[in-house]
Amino acid sequence: MDKPFAITLNIGSSLANHTGSWRNERPVYVNRLPPCNDACPAGEDVQGWLYEGEAGNYEQAWRNLVRDNPLPAIMGRICYHPCQTACNRAELDEAVGINSVERFLGDEAIKQNWQFNVTAAPTGKRILIIGSGPSGLSAAYHLALKGHSVTIRESAAAPGGMMRYGIPAYRLPREILDAEISRIVNMGVVIECNTKVENAEATFGEGFDAVFLAIGAHLGKRAFIPAGDTARILDAVSVLHMTADGQPPMLGRRVVVYGGGNTALDAARTARRLGAYEAIVVYRRTQEKMPAHEVELKEALDEGIVMRWLSTVSRVDEGSVTIEKMALDEKGFPQPTGEFENLDADSVILALGQEVDLSVINGMTEVNVDDGVVEVDGFLMTGRRGLFAGGDAVPGERTATNAIGHGKHAARAINSWLQDQSFVHADRPDLASFDRLNTWYYSDAPKTVRPKLDAARRASNFSEVVQGLDAETAVFEARRCLSCGNCFGCDNCFGVCPDNAVIKIESGKYEINLDYCKGCGICANECPCGAIDMELERS
Amino acid sequence: MSTPLKFYQVGSFAVGNRLLAEGQLSEQSHPDRTNSLTSGHRACQGCGEALGARYALDAAMAATDGKIVAVNATGCLEVFSTPYPETSWRLPWLHSLFGNAAAVATGVAAALRAQGKSDIRVIAQGGDGGTVDIGFGPLSGMFERNDDVLYICYDNEAYMNTGVQRSGATPPAARTNTTHAVGTNPGASFTQGKNLPVIAMAHGIPYVATATVADLHDLEAKVKKAMTYRGARYLHILVPCPLGWGSRSEETIQLARMATECGLFPVFEAEYGEVITTKKIRRQVPVEKYLKPQKRFAHLFGTNGHPELLQAIQAIADKNITKYQLLEADAQEQDTSKESSRG
Repeated sequence: MDKPFAITLNIGSSLANHTGSWRNERPVYVNRLPPCNDACPAGEDVQGWLYEGEAGNYEQAWRNLVRDNPLPAIMGRICYHPCQTACNRAELDEAVGINSVERFLGDEAIKQNWQFNVTAAPTGKRILIIGSGPSGLSAAYHLALKGHSVTIRESAAAPGGMMRYGIPAYRLPREILDAEISRIVNMGVVIECNTKVENAEATFGEGFDAVFLAIGAHLGKRAFIPAGDTARILDAVSVLHMTADGQPPMLGRRVVVYGGGNTALDAARTARRLGAYEAIVVYRRTQEKMPAHEVELKEALDEGIVMRWLSTVSRVDEGSVTIEKMALDEKGFPQPTGEFENLDADSVILALGQEVDLSVINGMTEVNVDDGVVEVDGFLMTGRRGLFAGGDAVPGERTATNAIGHGKHAARAINSWLQDQSFVHADRPDLASFDRLNTWYYSDAPKTVRPKLDAARRASNFSEVVQGLDAETAVFEARRCLSCGNCFGCDNCFGVCPDNAVIKIESGKYEINLDYCKGCGICANECPCGAIDMELERS
Repeated sequence: MSTPLKFYQVGSFAVGNRLLAEGQLSEQSHPDRTNSLTSGHRACQGCGEALGARYALDAAMAATDGKIVAVNATGCLEVFSTPYPETSWRLPWLHSLFGNAAAVATGVAAALRAQGKSDIRVIAQGGDGGTVDIGFGPLSGMFERNDDVLYICYDNEAYMNTGVQRSGATPPAARTNTTHAVGTNPGASFTQGKNLPVIAMAHGIPYVATATVADLHDLEAKVKKAMTYRGARYLHILVPCPLGWGSRSEETIQLARMATECGLFPVFEAEYGEVITTKKIRRQVPVEKYLKPQKRFAHLFGTNGHPELLQAIQAIADKNITKYQLLEADAQEQDTSKESSRG
């Protein structure tokens, strides 16, 4: 015995005492689906690319973004950002300006000339895409990434579809459109312009293994309106198309636009830029019922566009339009009141919606058409084996973002189909809802609002209306992301454990030491973003 | 009092952040932190005291390059960390009696001085029982002589180790095993109790501060600041106790946060008897939000509840808010509009 007086045992560490045996619940790190990702029609991993953006790794952020959407500079301008509507931060202060960060990344990619890398070996499969709009381009990109050989045929003189011929340049500058399309062309995608496909069935005879119909909806809907012989009536799609082609129509000084969608507002704002000093939008229902997006209405009103709610155009004559006032019935439908009014108007633009030009599938009996659009199955395949369809030509919301989602979805379905496999959708994780957040840890910060050009200046030309973020404000905005449902490396779990049972492997990576974890649940309770679940132990 | 960089994502409130540079990290976010109190200790699930002790001692170790001797009073902290022959302490640690931690620490400091070892610093620590009741005499003496010791009290508001008996730090109306929830004034009586931070300030010692386990950055900053003084210093840390308070183990930090956000536990620091800073309330809550999750206050709520006692407790919180100026004029406006469901 060489121990001191009254000491009989060697000194030991409490590490010998594995308190993990007390536990009846264990913490588990989870990845939940953030509401932004959930809401994105293009299926972007928004939280995932913001995560890189927060660290200032813009190229990696961009690369994460384009895994799903190859057109971020375009989408950063024209997307109606359902992600921001869903953003949990809105319940705290204001939604994260996801759209503006996306735009910043897209612009940065153009500035830095970042390109797509195709690493897949060529498959030898040839795919034809009819139409070079957002769904066609998106499908081409995703198919080219898989090593397929892709040809796009476009009936117009330049690629882009509605992004070029429907969306005015003040919302989407053409050099941005061209830059993002040329990046897809650089992958080896061939775009044949001025090449209208007359018959989709015939293309299979040219040796294409699959065909994707992405023809959009380019025919302006007509309505019967009594009109004098000299009345000037145009449709909005043509007005926008002609303007995009550099041959704008003569509209006169006073223009009436009939309709309540985004196209109606685009037409009215374009009319102002073409020299009309008065542009009146006539819509038969109320502002609440208007299909156009709020942002666009606000921008239109800022530019001096006048709205006539609850009105229909009942007659058009040279120099004037007769409108009838409407009243909503108890079901919310507009009913005529018999009260008329004359407006001075040099021309009337109809913006009553668009239809799909279905001549391309004439004679293809196995392809079903319902309500003017092409029917597809859950894999976007039509009744004709190998013929897929997406974008505005199929049922669904008609937005460019939705079309990009269709393109990606179709590309994956085509890829699986070419390998005689059926495409399997990945499981969707549970939603990262607001009630799972511990908002104490997020401090308050207002959204960086994109500076806007002075409304008066803007209305007179086609220069871009909304300006982008710079690098400093982009990182600020990205850091407003709450990282809902996904760990962002705040060290809270590591710090708050009374039993030192959380191991920090590296910055942003942790592990539970189950030898000592007593299952108290403090880590889960104090996790800001709800990325830890407590699960019952089964013994 | 907080990290210099402000992240809007995490603010300055989380333990760390992957985007912070090495020098900006809190002690607790270092993968190789001291862990002065290591794993395997026998504290209950969700123990606030175990957490507070590690926070404080790791910060003190960092501030002194690992040159700390700790003296411990009897209590939970001593019992759960050192069942013979095991120890959870990874620093020189000494335990003598329930009431004499301050006196022993004074002796250790004197011995080190006699040996000329001025770089080795002494910390005495104990629970609220060992500090405000049993060890109060030696502690007051240590203050009065201005001995070079930092005394840390981990306040869980009762004698928890022996089975939840009332101490001089037990708040009014709280049920303990010696203050049952019966009669017209159930729970602990509405007396002043012993407000030890204020009593310490009355001794005019160089540094007195309060902190909670809910604000790590504040706590670490205060420990580090305390180590810059020579002489007697006192740090009073609120550490919720799931067992004695009848709260859920995962709510330990949340309750400490509520205690400051409702005004019942003012967080401040004082130099030579004068308050120099107070931590402002960020998202003010009524005292109910703090009291209701605790079973020791269950008799205040429900059909046979005691709204008049709740009112009296709210009055204590309001008095603190006025006395320590816990609300900022502009923050007050902002906070009422953004009251969080989680606190």
